[in-house]
Amino acid sequence: MARLSVNIGNLSLKNPVLTASGTFGYGEEFSDFIDLNRLGGFIVKGTTLNHREGNPYPRMAETPSGMLNAVGLQNKGVDYFIENIYPRLAAAYDSEIIVNVSGASVEDYVEVARRLSDLDRINAIEVNISCPNVKQGGMAFGTTTEGASQVTRAVREAFGKTLIVKLSPNVTSIVDIAKAVEAEGADSVSLINTMLGMAIDVERQRPMLSTITGGLSGPAVRPVAVRMVWQVAHAVSIPVIGLGGIMNGRDALEFILAGATAVQVGTANFINPCATVEIVEYIDDYCQRHGVDDIHQLIGLI
Amino acid sequence: MRVVENRHIHALYSLLRLTPADGSKLPEMLPGQFVQVEIPDSSSTFLRRPISINFVDTTDNTLWLLIRNAGKGTARLIESPEGLIINLILPLGNSFSMPEQGQTGRLLLIGGGVGVAPMLQLGKVLKLAGFSPEFLLGARSKTDLLEVDMFEETGVVHISTDDGSFGEKGLVTQHSALADSSGIISKIYCCGPAPMMKAVASIARKRSIDCEVSLENMMACGLGACLCCVENTVKGNVCVCTEGPVFNINQLTWHD
Repeated sequence: MARLSVNIGNLSLKNPVLTASGTFGYGEEFSDFIDLNRLGGFIVKGTTLNHREGNPYPRMAETPSGMLNAVGLQNKGVDYFIENIYPRLAAAYDSEIIVNVSGASVEDYVEVARRLSDLDRINAIEVNISCPNVKQGGMAFGTTTEGASQVTRAVREAFGKTLIVKLSPNVTSIVDIAKAVEAEGADSVSLINTMLGMAIDVERQRPMLSTITGGLSGPAVRPVAVRMVWQVAHAVSIPVIGLGGIMNGRDALEFILAGATAVQVGTANFINPCATVEIVEYIDDYCQRHGVDDIHQLIGLI
Repeated sequence: MRVVENRHIHALYSLLRLTPADGSKLPEMLPGQFVQVEIPDSSSTFLRRPISINFVDTTDNTLWLLIRNAGKGTARLIESPEGLIINLILPLGNSFSMPEQGQTGRLLLIGGGVGVAPMLQLGKVLKLAGFSPEFLLGARSKTDLLEVDMFEETGVVHISTDDGSFGEKGLVTQHSALADSSGIISKIYCCGPAPMMKAVASIARKRSIDCEVSLENMMACGLGACLCCVENTVKGNVCVCTEGPVFNINQLTWHD
């Protein structure tokens, strides 16, 4: 068996396979299908300071090789997570539990990060500066180097553990944003969040989503994501976490070869709830087939 | 699961009968639950399709799915050849609640279009539990009526068609079986197009009849993870796939 463990900041992941926020609930939704302890870790759904109802229905549209969503960060707020979800997760799983954090203001991000920093089993947060579905869902911060720097700097001061910043692809230069958050002390960047998209019901002459536009995910975005991961991995020295349309182990390896130290599996969970564990098995098998005894031999080969 | 039989009812509808490909026994499935079906070999679709459980035949270990051609995914499914292996996640969602024992009023199961599907399994379960289900089935015309013989084996059947080609002419809500004079109704179960369910819910509210509806909101995962299929309820937005698909109308924010 190849050595698959990787480090992200101070996190030591048993393997490079994580789940993407918003596609895996709190993990428990998938416990009938897979052993969550076989994952490197799982990133729970976007958490905000206060309860959010999210956007009105319809929030989803199937598109060629993908889907659009406009959930709008529906969640019960950070305190609900800490009191009701975290104790269960901490007791049941030894994989890393990473919380995705969103906010409408810098102060929101800081307060959520501060409250999470007290939890023993939360060793990392992923700061979402890239949600396209909420007016102040962070994408405003994530589309300029100034905004990205501002959030990263403030959260860095409040949160001493591993800080991952999730980047938006809806920018002119994702490399510039990545460099900016690295300069402010981020331990890692994850990319890409969904691409802003839109679909129209031609018969009804109406948008498919209540919010008109939404975030595109699935294999349709994968080549864009691989390209961005490759560009960013060559431009920063912190580890890059790659995501965007990974459906199977082959897809995951594409990101690893492009420079990703770890990967996140997102939309695939909706179609195949066992996708994550199958990807771990595929990577292990691939390493054996290619005579690789440590995953690091593959990271950034391209 | 392996397709044992694909009964083409007519151009728009198929009844698929499936059995576990590994020969295992089907798990217990409750009336109102659904399955998530992977569309086999389809490059033009991406997600699974949620399909109501139409009937579970324990005598030959088959699951029945009644499928209407409503787009690329279901079009693919109704073409399934016998012997095809299809990947299903099952059973999912909550279920219709059983009436209280000793209730004396009528139990009316209303289905419109392909929404009749879950009413068959519900009717069978109610009958087995000693109740006398009554069905009110609505369709556009006589050729759109589905599984009438199966319903007739299970209880009294009332039919309405939009064009009057069979049963009473008009909408289910205009049918005499739902009229004030038709006797006390203690519970209504309903599945069909949203306007039909809302109209039935409105009647139920006015007459204080306990009423459960099965919603068909578009889903991605079916597992409560993606938060796409939400319905606004008195508890806020909840996932139809895990908190539903069956809701008592007093949980919904439908208004007249």
